[in-house]
Amino acid sequence: MDDLLADFLTETNESLADLDLALVKLERAPDDAQTLSLIFRGVHTVKGTCGFLGLSRLERVAHAAENVLGKLRDRVFPVTGDVITTVLAAIDRIKEIVNGIAATGSEPAGDDAPLIAALNLIADGKAAPAAATAAAQEPEPTPPPAAAEPAPEPVSAAPPPPSPAPREAAPAEHVEATPAGEPVGAAQTIRVAVDVLEDLMTLVSELVLTRNQLMQLARQQENSGFTVPLQRLSQITSDLQEGVMKTRMQPIGNAWNKLPRLVRDLARDLNKKIELTMIGADTELDRQVLELIKDPLTHMVRNSGDHGLETPAERRAAGKSETGRITLKAFHEGGHIIIEIADDGRGLPVDKIRAKAVSKGLATEAELATMSEAQILRFIFRPGFSTAAAVTSVSGRGVGMDVVKTNIEKIGGAIELTSRLGLGSTFTIKIPLTLAIASALIVQAGGERFAIPQLSVVELVRASVGDTENGAAKEEGQSRIERINNTPVLRLRNRLLPLVNLRELLELSPAEATTSAEPTADENPACYIVVTQVGNVTCGIIVDAVFDTEEIVVKPVAPILRHVTMFSGNTILGDGSVIMILDPNGLARATNIAGGDARGSDVGSGRKLTAHISQSGERTALLIFRAGGTEPKAVPLGLVARLENIPRDKMETSAGTPVTQYRGKLMPLVPLSGSIDMERESHPVLVFSDVDRGLGRDRAMGLVVDEIVDVAEDFLRVELSGDRAGLLGTAVIDGHATDVIDTVYWLRQAFQDWFASAAGDAPTARVLVVEDSDFFRHLVVPALSAAGYDVSAANDAAQALRMREAGVKFDAIVSDIEMPDMNGLDFVRRVRAEGPWADLPIIALSGHSQPHEIEAGRQAGFTDYVQKFERDSLLASLQQCLAERRQASLAH
Amino acid sequence: MSLDLIERRPPTTEVEERGETETMFVTLTVAKQLCGVPVLSVRDVLGEQTITRIPLAPVEIAGSLNLRGRIVTAVDLRRRLRLPPAPPGSPRMSVVTEQGGELYALLVDQVREVMSLRSSQFEQTPPTLPGDWAAYSDGIYRLASGLLVVLDVGRLLALAPDR
Repeated sequence: MDDLLADFLTETNESLADLDLALVKLERAPDDAQTLSLIFRGVHTVKGTCGFLGLSRLERVAHAAENVLGKLRDRVFPVTGDVITTVLAAIDRIKEIVNGIAATGSEPAGDDAPLIAALNLIADGKAAPAAATAAAQEPEPTPPPAAAEPAPEPVSAAPPPPSPAPREAAPAEHVEATPAGEPVGAAQTIRVAVDVLEDLMTLVSELVLTRNQLMQLARQQENSGFTVPLQRLSQITSDLQEGVMKTRMQPIGNAWNKLPRLVRDLARDLNKKIELTMIGADTELDRQVLELIKDPLTHMVRNSGDHGLETPAERRAAGKSETGRITLKAFHEGGHIIIEIADDGRGLPVDKIRAKAVSKGLATEAELATMSEAQILRFIFRPGFSTAAAVTSVSGRGVGMDVVKTNIEKIGGAIELTSRLGLGSTFTIKIPLTLAIASALIVQAGGERFAIPQLSVVELVRASVGDTENGAAKEEGQSRIERINNTPVLRLRNRLLPLVNLRELLELSPAEATTSAEPTADENPACYIVVTQVGNVTCGIIVDAVFDTEEIVVKPVAPILRHVTMFSGNTILGDGSVIMILDPNGLARATNIAGGDARGSDVGSGRKLTAHISQSGERTALLIFRAGGTEPKAVPLGLVARLENIPRDKMETSAGTPVTQYRGKLMPLVPLSGSIDMERESHPVLVFSDVDRGLGRDRAMGLVVDEIVDVAEDFLRVELSGDRAGLLGTAVIDGHATDVIDTVYWLRQAFQDWFASAAGDAPTARVLVVEDSDFFRHLVVPALSAAGYDVSAANDAAQALRMREAGVKFDAIVSDIEMPDMNGLDFVRRVRAEGPWADLPIIALSGHSQPHEIEAGRQAGFTDYVQKFERDSLLASLQQCLAERRQASLAH
Repeated sequence: MSLDLIERRPPTTEVEERGETETMFVTLTVAKQLCGVPVLSVRDVLGEQTITRIPLAPVEIAGSLNLRGRIVTAVDLRRRLRLPPAPPGSPRMSVVTEQGGELYALLVDQVREVMSLRSSQFEQTPPTLPGDWAAYSDGIYRLASGLLVVLDVGRLLALAPDR
């Protein structure tokens, strides 16, 4: 009640000052209806508020004055100087009483009867100006000059003032609540328009920016005379910033004060027993933020009471106390405010959410099967999602949690949720203290700098890109970016972290990047990964460089750029340059990470197999799976573009072959076990794709297996080359005899023309394969190694020539013709021209087989010309070339 | 010259009936074509500026720049009018205008003097003008030295949000 009274006094003092002015104005312009109604409203407000506060004396005076003003407004009688004088007298009396309250905390004693009588007389139209004036001039001690007048009540137009008796008790409470002698006056606070504070905040923000600029300049000049005053300026600016922030701070309790009532009503409506506990109500936060979270909080508490808590009977049955508990907790944590809304109810029903997600078409059973519980729970934040079986008056209309989430994310916050069945659920909201100034990490990608809000940054990881020639990447303890097909992932503390390359995402061309001095992620063996977390979604952003953190003032982007959702705003840095602020939410959305779709990333990880040199004697990542039997089967992971889980209903039949729609195309499905078990809900599918830029080819096939077991890294040494169709042979992988499948065979099942194949044998010889297509390289290397060759691979001609320079010896070379930069013809000319490889047999691999092309190949120096990919022909040709070479060397 | 005349769109026939009126334009060149922007819509004229590129933005947007603590979005007039890009290394100047409370800089080749032009010199945009010019032109002034195209800044900055 203390605060209420103080507020009332402040407010009343202000409106009284206004009333004085307005009344004087009215006297001069009696017809000014606007001023008149302003005055009427002012007095009316005073009357209403003091009635509420139990200030009976004040109320009676105000009431009488209001009566007069009401008549004036209704033009019952004209505005005259006398009337105004009397009203002013009433205003003065109100001021007097208000001052008395301010000084002592309660209404001072005094007799207002004469004044009220005078006012009532006027209201009745029986103007008694003299009496009124007298009353106004000598308020209290003077005996009522108009005492002879009849009692005002019966003739009063409005109901008489209520009996004072019951009200008197209320002010007594104020006296108790107020420390003796300390005035409750308005002196301690002034009311300032929010706009003024906002402007002040903007100015301080700008000042902070300018300070940062100055500091940056000063750092470049050592021993400058500015250093000391600048430090002072900096300190003062920080203090000022803090001070201005404080003016905007309000305890979170202000947003909570309606909740006890809400919970009480809720409990009664739902016949539940609910106890609301609020912890940390005095935690302060920016009023702008406070306003924005008010509604979400209310909604969530309501949800907890309605959905979360059980009825007393259910609680008893579950062995809990009948009274459910909702706990609201707020506290500061590192520049953020954490608000927890916890209940000890039934917890979120994961099964119901799962079923609902399916019925709403938000996810398929198969997708759900690969999701963690936390991911499934997050469906409640999807629009239109409500698990409440019945729509109650309280909640269950399916509008809500998505709005809550949107509102919280709008202010740069995040919402998380944990739930344990039968024990309750907890929502945790993390919001920034203020929206005005944020801390941001400055990063660089593709030669441009960007700011990432510190709020969403979890950690920074320095990582290397795959294997490198110098082996630097193999250092222990350093994280390595691996790739599944071309999608980068990072193994971080036994978790697989999806990565996005900022440069690629923002379509910053590498060409422009190379013009800058900074090396880019692709060229640089080491790059940085900014691990961000938004809600439950963690994602790594690959950047080229990481700079400082800076305090930034977030400014909205121009309307014509609003559609670029990757940015949440822009700002000016300390050095005066403009920088875009990345929105981690937008990034995650742009890469589908936020969709809760964990396909591919949960299943396995692959080494970056676009390795510069991958010798078959090296460890190879192998995907272990089962199909048509219990024994494990394996395929080099580098061959597999993606792992998918394709649900039964997505499998269709076209021309007698099972197919599925995949990335806008029809993809043939080949069951490894011979048939697809249509009883199963879904099947794991290994997707092989063949993208040859040289030929402009882009196609895919899916190999249907029973189960994906693991990813293992081992030496791929195919030992048994059986005659079983579709198998390259058997290798010992992870200590188990594992069938290595012959991808070539299976691909040919899907596309007759993909290539032909058969097994062959040849003496051990060292073969270099030069091939730019990852796919064919990974086909050729295992195929040749299965045939007994010691195979090395290079992904372009330059790579191969470097190997020549390094003195690597081979017995034969197999080279592609269509390659970027240096094609096979040029390559072979270079090899023939000089060096130790000059007289090696070189076999051309090409998709073209026109006679003139073959002739061109021979003229360039190729020993033989083989259709891509005819394994038989290649093996036969290799065998023949090597035999000729052996004979030649024997002859010498 | 009175203010209400300046605030008008370039003179119309209605104005002509009342006699000669003059409007002031900031003149500029883009790909050798002389253009004009009403002087009152120009907030600033800038020389060469450091411009931060904005990834994924429409091609017409050259980036953003810092004008005394305010962020200004720079629109490349050559790209907006589908003209060939300026030869590399040639200096660009900007005309800063305000639109809906936001500042925009029109990147042009050169900013020239401020000219006062009489309504008698004004012509409607010839219908034969190529599409982009016709769309962003408010009319033509016949000058002794050549023709001046009046640019409609509002339409120039109404970049479609979808790319």
